[in-house]
Amino acid sequence: MRTTDDSPVGFSFPKLTYRVWKVWRRNFDVFLKTIRVNFLPSLLEPILYLVALGLGLGGFIPPIDGMSYIQFIAPSLVSISMMYGSFFECTYGSFVRMYFQKTFDAIIATPVSVEEVIAGELLWGATRATINSSTALVVVAAFGLVSTPFFIFVPLLAFLGGLMFASIAMCFTAIAPNIDFFNYPSFLFLTPMFLLSGTFFPLSALPPAVQTFALLFLPLTHLVSVARGLIIGVFTTSLYLSVAWIAVVTFVFFIISLNLMKKRLIK
Amino acid sequence: MNSSHLLIKARNLTKKFGNLTAVDHVDFEVFKNECVGFLGPNGAGKTTTVRMVYCFLPLTEGELSVANMNVSNQQRNIKKMIGVAPQEDNLDPDFTVLKNLLVYARYFDISKAEASARAKQLLSFFQLEEKQDVLITHLSTGMKRRLILARALINEPQLLLLDEPTAGLDPQNRHIVWDKIRSLKKRGVTIILTTHYMEEATALCDRTFIMDRGRIIENGPPAELIRKHVGEDVLEVNNNEKVIKLLTKEFSDADFEVFGERIHVFTKKPHGVFELFLKKFPRNNVSIRNANLEDVFLKLTGRRLRD
Ligand SMILES: Nc1ncnc2c1ncn2[C@@H]1O[C@H](COP(=O)(O)OP(=O)(O)OP(=O)(O)O)[C@@H](O)[C@H]1O
Ligand SMILES: [Mg+2]
Repeated sequence: MRTTDDSPVGFSFPKLTYRVWKVWRRNFDVFLKTIRVNFLPSLLEPILYLVALGLGLGGFIPPIDGMSYIQFIAPSLVSISMMYGSFFECTYGSFVRMYFQKTFDAIIATPVSVEEVIAGELLWGATRATINSSTALVVVAAFGLVSTPFFIFVPLLAFLGGLMFASIAMCFTAIAPNIDFFNYPSFLFLTPMFLLSGTFFPLSALPPAVQTFALLFLPLTHLVSVARGLIIGVFTTSLYLSVAWIAVVTFVFFIISLNLMKKRLIK
Repeated sequence: MNSSHLLIKARNLTKKFGNLTAVDHVDFEVFKNECVGFLGPNGAGKTTTVRMVYCFLPLTEGELSVANMNVSNQQRNIKKMIGVAPQEDNLDPDFTVLKNLLVYARYFDISKAEASARAKQLLSFFQLEEKQDVLITHLSTGMKRRLILARALINEPQLLLLDEPTAGLDPQNRHIVWDKIRSLKKRGVTIILTTHYMEEATALCDRTFIMDRGRIIENGPPAELIRKHVGEDVLEVNNNEKVIKLLTKEFSDADFEVFGERIHVFTKKPHGVFELFLKKFPRNNVSIRNANLEDVFLKLTGRRLRD
């Protein structure tokens, strides 16, 4: 039998080593350099939503499952920042590094393999989700909206959920002919999710068919539901079921995205 | 040279992109401490060949080994011992000059202290110290090229792959780069370079491979190829029928190449025959020059554009 450093060209289970972290570290170094521009949006956005929707609109809305409206949307905002943080990092960000900067090509000429480059990008996407949502969580806490000690698990959830969205995003990156292509997943995937995942009104307000669809196919639904449990203490779906759903989807898309990217990069 | 000096061995090396055969069943060897050049028109397959050597592209057919390791299953160990200066600029625009080297060193598991020491040395070797804190986007073409070379040396490679290392450089930069390549060769580094500058190949390469349409059509030391294909001197003269008649009579064995307004006359006869000819038939607009690798190249690959 032959031993191979890189996995075969066809569909395969990735072979990853510690070198994944060197790719992660490259992105982290760039992030540190531009931390001020990176931080501001993730700080301002939740403040705006909490003030406009929570305090403003919320005054006209009766409590939902015992939560005030601002309480109801706080975990949603934290979850949404996980989604956007990792999705944009692994679509626009990764595409720029791959296509315009040729950063991946440069790294692949070193002992780091293609798969490790992509896995490093995905872990970085998950990290961005963690950083962004932790910032949002601080804002939520400052508004006095954290009511259980389990909130300390939010960063963990963010990393997992971030890895899920990063992996899904990377699948789009693998098939993107140009950077404008990402308008499609942004409008057709993220925006509906942003609105329909039990984020700004409870899922139960939707027709049953749409509810089922959201539970089966919209990853943000599960993220919001778990976050709501960890921050407010109210669970709308089964915690274990939602975490398992996220874990399985993450695993599947992680493997698929690595293979799709390998196919794109190895000619 | 014997097999213990062998560093790269390619047999039937082939690369296809869909229907296009970019590299077509080529065989070649590179020995330790050689500097070999791959020459060829645009699209000949030079970059593709080099990319297979550093495991960037998988082979479609054939075999390729580097230091006795197979490129299909020992990518990591091969990539550890190779330095690559690619044809296109892929420096990291998110970082400064120095940071580019440090981050690249990290991919090779080089410790921080060692990386700093090497980076400092390389920046001074390539006369880039003053630019160490400058972002890549603010560098000139020559500086970028030099930095790409510096980056290729960060892992102290035994084998250096330089894909058009002097493309687009001014004469000053080109001579700096040549000088560095020579001093690396003195240190024992094996070098493969591709170039469109025949003068560069003649100046630097022990052997050259001339590629065309994915095949290696000729190989050997530049001087030998020149002697074999074009002889010693070349006579260049304005194209008109009287001259041609005269020349054919005088040099029955010669090759004539007509392009546009000028005729190039190649002969295997010894050095000095053209001078005698000019004494007998003085003419205007005639020049005699040494035959060079460009004559060989054009003779073998023709004058038509390729892509
Ligand atoms: N990734 C790719 N996909 C499809 N075709 C490719 C790819 N890379 C190279 N080719 C084709 O393979 C052929 C050889 O290309 P290659 O880049 O090796 O030539 P080259 O000798 O380096 O040319 P140049 O002097 O222009 O750099 C060309 O026809 C090129 O278009
Ligand atoms: Mg090329």
